[in-house]
Amino acid sequence: MTKFEGVDYYNVDSLLSEEERAVRDTVRDWVDENLLPLIARCYVERRFPSELVPQMAELGFFGANMPEKYGCAGLNNVAYGLIMQELERGDSGVRSFASVQASLVMYPILEFGSGEQRDYWLPKLAKAEAVGCYGLTEPDYGSDPGGLTTRAVKDGEEWVITGTKMWITNASIADVAIIWAKTGELDDPESIRGFIVETDREGYVASDQKGKLSLLASDTSEISLQEVRVPAANLLPGSSGLRSPLMCLNQARYGIAWGAVGAAMACYAEALSYAQNRLQFDRAIAGYQIQQIRLVEMLTEITKGQLLALQLGRLKDGGKLRHAQVSMAKRNNVNMACEVAREARRLLGANGILVEYQSMRHMANLESVYTYEGTHDIHGLIVGEDITGLSAVT
Amino acid sequence: MRIIVCVKRVPDSESRIAKAKDGLSVDTQGVKFVLNPYDEYAVEEALKLKEAAGDGSVSVITLGGEESKETLRTALAMGVDEAVLLKGQPSVDGLGTAEKLAEAIKGREYDLVLFGKQAIDDDNLQVPAMVAELLGLPCATVVTELQVDGGAVTATREVEGGHEIVEFELPGLIAAQKGLNEPRYPSLKGIMQAKKKPLEEVDAGDAESRLEVVEVMNPPVRAAGQIVGEGADAVPELVRKLRDEAKVI
Ligand SMILES: Cc1cc2nc3c(=O)[nH]c(=O)nc-3n(C[C@H](O)[C@H](O)[C@H](O)COP(=O)(O)OP(=O)(O)OC[C@H]3O[C@@H](n4cnc5c(N)ncnc54)[C@H](O)[C@@H]3O)c2cc1C
Repeated sequence: MTKFEGVDYYNVDSLLSEEERAVRDTVRDWVDENLLPLIARCYVERRFPSELVPQMAELGFFGANMPEKYGCAGLNNVAYGLIMQELERGDSGVRSFASVQASLVMYPILEFGSGEQRDYWLPKLAKAEAVGCYGLTEPDYGSDPGGLTTRAVKDGEEWVITGTKMWITNASIADVAIIWAKTGELDDPESIRGFIVETDREGYVASDQKGKLSLLASDTSEISLQEVRVPAANLLPGSSGLRSPLMCLNQARYGIAWGAVGAAMACYAEALSYAQNRLQFDRAIAGYQIQQIRLVEMLTEITKGQLLALQLGRLKDGGKLRHAQVSMAKRNNVNMACEVAREARRLLGANGILVEYQSMRHMANLESVYTYEGTHDIHGLIVGEDITGLSAVT
Repeated sequence: MRIIVCVKRVPDSESRIAKAKDGLSVDTQGVKFVLNPYDEYAVEEALKLKEAAGDGSVSVITLGGEESKETLRTALAMGVDEAVLLKGQPSVDGLGTAEKLAEAIKGREYDLVLFGKQAIDDDNLQVPAMVAELLGLPCATVVTELQVDGGAVTATREVEGGHEIVEFELPGLIAAQKGLNEPRYPSLKGIMQAKKKPLEEVDAGDAESRLEVVEVMNPPVRAAGQIVGEGADAVPELVRKLRDEAKVI
């Protein structure tokens, strides 16, 4: 096991508080010692390393920026972002698990849930006694979730939910799903509400998405909901309209903007060390101009991404964050990480295609990250509308 | 069970260490400092003993500057109850530091004093035994296994080629070796709680040094490693290089 030394060309560390660094170091050490030794094997076996979940919960990785009264650490958003950075330095699949659990399951319960729902679910989810998933996307509605066709119909004291959700992270291993469904007409996105659906309810069937070439150490599944009955009390009372699921996505995107930096840092560090050790034509390849420029560009982009994520976090902690700023950071940092991972893979030559090295795994993973939580293009349109005042889609 | 653990702030083992301009010390610019790894075993053991006993307290003490508070807070984040900063500089040799620590420990209630077997910065391996001597305590160093049963302590020590088992009655002093336990990570909640725990500051003054550093040198530069290949296919080339170039087999 080698210890990760960090990638910090601009002494960004000096902009972090002692506590923020301590949090980062706990997660960093944990990733080095527990995640990295087994991730390559999980990846080829196409399985999520669920054996890591209890430790992650014990150390407080799930919902770490949520209130202490629910058993969470109550960290600020910069510290939370650093957790995502380090987890994704390990693997995007493990970071995805943590993002879904916190930003997409705990957050909607905290934000839209009743007091009872919060008291019951949040401590359980923080301790990972329950694993959650988030069902918004459908086969025909991805970038345009307002069109979703899953419906919830009131029947006495119950809601009856029918529909299909696709590309749902954790759906096969989850104990509980946050399902977004229309309670009114299908052409009325304002009637979208969130429901807490326990996955052992009759009519809930999750099936693994076969054939993935990305995010292999993560569960991605389809959910079929056949007249699933939940008590009226399972409706998230504060949710209303498309705005609610988008608010959740905004939380998750915030974490992704940090996470992508972590994946890029892992690839850069691997590439640098490889370049210094690999001899061709009797010299380390790091000594050749082409590889130097390659490394310089990687490091420059990572440094910009670090500063972008950090300022995003400071804005969020100051309550001054606008959602288009999150979009810019998600878009930039994930794209940056995709490029860095690909360049690192190339620098490694033939070894770069092996699972023993990290870069190609990150490169393949990041293609999912590029697409989910709002594609690269869609975030461009969000920022585009914000700066021009003109929507490209409506 | 009241336990005192003495800890030190040291450069991370992964840090690149460079000579300072004065040629007599290490340049701390850009160096990451951590809780001495051997002290982590000591802290972990103290926490485990307290947990097993079901009551008691664990405190940490360090001699150092303001920046050592961060090291103390790492221990507090792991679960230690309270911390004491003896403000002053450690000595080059062990004795001055041991005197300051012994003086501070003397005035406190304790059953067991724990140390890491050495600090990885100046590798003196002196302070634990000296503190034991100054306090008149039985002392077991390089301990890889520890049992405390009431007042009776059984410690397994690492000795050349094997192990040695020693017994003594509390109060006493133990210096921890790697293998004693698996130190816990400071949990995120622990990190948040650490700043609310008591951290006492004492003006201890600088420790007296009976040695003087006249020069500090970098180790000889090592040539970069080589990757000869991957997996079983790489073995013949590796063997060839080890035999013909490195001449080690
Ligand atoms: C591994 C993985 C895990 C996922 N996990 C979850 C989850 O847990 N929960 C969940 O609800 N969803 C999840 N998703 C779904 C993800 O959010 C969607 O895939 C994403 O929103 C894109 O939708 P789509 O795949 O249907 O692509 P589409 O929306 O069909 O887009 C196809 C292409 O068209 C482009 N495009 C679309 N609209 C426009 C436009 N107006 N202008 C220009 N270009 C446009 C897109 O950018 C993209 O390039 C996951 C996806 C993946 C791959």
